[in-house]
Amino acid sequence: MNKILLTFILSILVLHNTSTAFAVGGNKLVPPSDFQAFDTPNDDGRSISLRWPSSPSESTEVEYVVYVSIRKSGPFNTEVLRINSNTMYKEGSDSNFHYVEIKPELFFNKESVVTGGKPDYFFKLFMMSDIENVAIKNIASATPKGNWFNWKKLNNFIILIAFSTLVLLFIEHAKKNPNLYLRKISGLDAIDEALGRATEMGKPVLFVHGLNGMGSISTIAAVNILGKIAIRVAEYDTTLKVSNIDPIVLSVSQEVIKESYLEAGRPDAYVEDNVFMAASEQFPYVAAVSGIMLREKPAANFFMGYFYAESLILAETGAATGAIQIAATDSYTQLPFFITTCDYTLIGEELYAASAYLSREPLLLGSLRAQDIGKGIIIAVLVLGAVLATFGIDFISLILKAG
Amino acid sequence: MIKNREVSITTWILVAFCIINIFFLVTGKLGFDAKGLGIITAVAFTLAMYSFLYKDNPVFKIAENLFVGVAMGYWIIITWFNILKPDVFETLIVPFFNDTGNAPQYIVIIPTLLGIFMLLRFSTKLSWLSRWSFAFVVGLGAGITIPNFIHAFILKQLSFDLLITSNILDNINTFLILLGVVSVLIYFFFSMEHKGVIGGVSKIGVWYLMIAFGASFGFTVMARMSLLIGRIQFLVRDWLGLIQ
Repeated sequence: MNKILLTFILSILVLHNTSTAFAVGGNKLVPPSDFQAFDTPNDDGRSISLRWPSSPSESTEVEYVVYVSIRKSGPFNTEVLRINSNTMYKEGSDSNFHYVEIKPELFFNKESVVTGGKPDYFFKLFMMSDIENVAIKNIASATPKGNWFNWKKLNNFIILIAFSTLVLLFIEHAKKNPNLYLRKISGLDAIDEALGRATEMGKPVLFVHGLNGMGSISTIAAVNILGKIAIRVAEYDTTLKVSNIDPIVLSVSQEVIKESYLEAGRPDAYVEDNVFMAASEQFPYVAAVSGIMLREKPAANFFMGYFYAESLILAETGAATGAIQIAATDSYTQLPFFITTCDYTLIGEELYAASAYLSREPLLLGSLRAQDIGKGIIIAVLVLGAVLATFGIDFISLILKAG
Repeated sequence: MIKNREVSITTWILVAFCIINIFFLVTGKLGFDAKGLGIITAVAFTLAMYSFLYKDNPVFKIAENLFVGVAMGYWIIITWFNILKPDVFETLIVPFFNDTGNAPQYIVIIPTLLGIFMLLRFSTKLSWLSRWSFAFVVGLGAGITIPNFIHAFILKQLSFDLLITSNILDNINTFLILLGVVSVLIYFFFSMEHKGVIGGVSKIGVWYLMIAFGASFGFTVMARMSLLIGRIQFLVRDWLGLIQ
């Protein structure tokens, strides 16, 4: 009797376990145990973050689908996310959590959202396969809120402040000691030579701007150099032609050259039409500038700013006309072409240093000195960081992580 | 004498080009439709641009001016349809004069005014207002660029690899990268004389730069060759029909 009873109990236990095993093995979906929604930190107030733990049923055949509603009672028929269940894990969570950022306002008309402040959004998570759909029970809700400060970018801000302080300190230093040493930059020493040649030959000087607008650092640097060149050109009474592709750069160049002529005491020699918009697109610009080079045969060509595929065509055409050519760009993909076709090339940061080199103004000299110190700090951090990382200490990596 | 010869060369080339195309159109090799005429136009401009390789000539000048003009016209249309119409006309002017159900976006007045200030450069009395616009653009550009610059060129680049691992080739690679970065940075030191150790390290930096430029040059020349091949394929296949 006991034996029969024992067999019966064992049979029930075995059957129970077998049925559970069959349920999982037969794609019975086990939904995640939790589902959370919260305002995304450090954002502009349009995003909500969703987080939920992994489920044992995750596979390439199973998807997570999230629906959103502006009412807790639903309806939940606006799909905001559909992903494979084994993707989008939270970074550093060892695949234990999923994490996504959603911009729910993109899915609703402004009119449908409750007016007066940011609305609450309600999210419902479903796990779906070909066989069945399972919804997680709890509905997560959150309200997106904007943050004034992005704490992930704190290191960026500190570097900015530290570097600005360095620049200000060295500007003060340069004011007291204006004879700061600057190493020789051959390309800049050659500017006078090129302008002198143009004056002797009675031919114009052509300054070709790169393709970027005034937002680009290389364009700002190019305009600074243009101002210095224009002073010399005005003193030598030579013609300066400046080709532009951007209307704002054109206007800024006109202003800068006008001021340079004024500074040189030759405002009457300034001709506004010599600073012109050659074209508005890349290759028409190339065609126009190449045509100018061939027809007017300038004695000196300056290519300054950020260049793209047009660099070789421009510099090669200039070389064919026999002009002395000086290029300056921080576009590292185009530097090889300028190096091979121009007489002198300012590489990368030499372009930024050029205005300080030419003017020797304390403001610019101090900035240049501060940049050197900044580079020294970066070298020290690089070497120290590599050594510490070798010994398994990675706090520098964490401090300097890009946010 | 030379000019006459060039005029006759240009004339004969143009005549030959016309004869070839008339022959293609008559024999049906090129259809007398948008596609056929499009191919002829594209071939004409391709050859006109390549004629620059010989020397500057009237055909190139025509193509150049047309290219510049078309680009400018295209740019104006793009500016109207992508910027002025959706951002100013439809959001400010239309709702202001008509009841569209949407309130006029008065905030648009500020950038519109800044844009108009730029046009005031044509007025001798009011051209000073354009400086406000330029100050705004330059200031905004610098303000946006500098944090992005720190993010992309400093923080993103500062990742630290282990100097010593079990793989000796990895170690050499890491060391070469570190040496390259440090030596190139030292080359760009302007306030120190490049003599002694600094001079030696900066020379290594120059080597690194030149090797990188050489590789980049070779890579880009290959890309340009593929562009040339594409154009020649167009001439030989789509126009002359010599290959399929």
